[in-house]
Amino acid sequence: MRRLFLGGLAATLLLAFAPPSRGAEAPTVTVAIDNFTFEPAVLHVAPGTTVVWVNHDDIPHSVVLGAIGVHSRTLDTDGRFEHRFDKAGTFGYICGLHPHMKGQVVVEP
Amino acid sequence: MSRDDERRPDPARRQVLRCMSWAGTAMIWTVAGGIPRARLVDRAEAAVPAKGFSFAQISDSHLGFDKPVNPDPTATLRAALDQVTAMPERPAFLIHTGDITHLSKPEEFDAAQQLMAGTGLTTYTVPGEHDILEDERRSYLNRYGKGTRGDGWYSFDAGGIHFIGLVNVVDLQGNGLGALGRPQLEWLEEDVRGRSASTPIVVFAHVPLWLAYENWGWGTADGAEAIGYLKRFGSVTVLNGHIHQVMQKVEGHVAFHTARSTAFPQGVPGQAKGPGPMAVPPGALRSYLGVSRVSLVETGAPLAIVDQPLEG
Repeated sequence: MRRLFLGGLAATLLLAFAPPSRGAEAPTVTVAIDNFTFEPAVLHVAPGTTVVWVNHDDIPHSVVLGAIGVHSRTLDTDGRFEHRFDKAGTFGYICGLHPHMKGQVVVEP
Repeated sequence: MSRDDERRPDPARRQVLRCMSWAGTAMIWTVAGGIPRARLVDRAEAAVPAKGFSFAQISDSHLGFDKPVNPDPTATLRAALDQVTAMPERPAFLIHTGDITHLSKPEEFDAAQQLMAGTGLTTYTVPGEHDILEDERRSYLNRYGKGTRGDGWYSFDAGGIHFIGLVNVVDLQGNGLGALGRPQLEWLEEDVRGRSASTPIVVFAHVPLWLAYENWGWGTADGAEAIGYLKRFGSVTVLNGHIHQVMQKVEGHVAFHTARSTAFPQGVPGQAKGPGPMAVPPGALRSYLGVSRVSLVETGAPLAIVDQPLEG
């Protein structure tokens, strides 16, 4: 319980320090998987943003962030996977089932 | 889902047959003089009688798929297998070139195994990428890995032909292509070493061994090396699935052939935006799905592969 509460607190604090342009919206951004492409293919976010991938295809996909060792489970239609990016940097990823599908999350303060 | 022993035409059955107009049937291969010839089963009886050795190929049954393009791939698989068992000349066995299941779930594997066993034919399989999504490939290997090497590759002899099942879906490459990997290539080189060049060779694997369409990852990065070990043989037939449509190519003595899916067709390279399932007009399904049958015909003619849709 305590951990959950602290997690919530951290999120609240991050929200408070989000850049003004982002206003008060929650730092969550969605990447759609559509017709074997990640959309947007290159996503720019602020540190602390949670990126949510949602599979809209009839075929399963996955999200593999090779450099940081993050690997989603297989996402069937409407399946979702989220990962929070705390550190600045450029994070390339692919679909583990269709590695020609490529995307990037660019985290910049 | 209709009953397993369903045989009599009824409205549900007609619906399935409508789906079959684009979904897959089996392909029957007849090998004559080392030359496999293929045809889809419902035309097979009307075509050249399948004398001699023959086997059937099915592919990409995707059990567990439930989207509108084919909400019931179990029914279309069953219809395809029914056609195989109805053949006047019983094929020697069945080859499934992968994507037996859609999500590698035990119940999907169980349903497929039950249906295929219902034909009374021995089934030889290779995994598709959809068959190894979970459990470090155990779901597949526990069922089909007995007596195989590595990730499930193997070879056997039947009807005077040397059959080789390869696995090219475990280590997909950055460009999306399949790969065989060093250990499997070394095994293959050893497997065919010392065999007479007159031995007909049939290789089967899920992803096309040749570059069918690189942009969508429809090919095998180190497939050319595998073919290199087989080039000295007088008749080499390569059977693949994965792309849910028929593509063929002949290179010297090597004939490449991809089979239709028994579940749903996929887009055509250069026409579709992506390689996903392709919806087809009602009533057209049968022309997009297929079964192949291969027979050995003693003619000494060069290798030729012919296949036709179930309808149209």
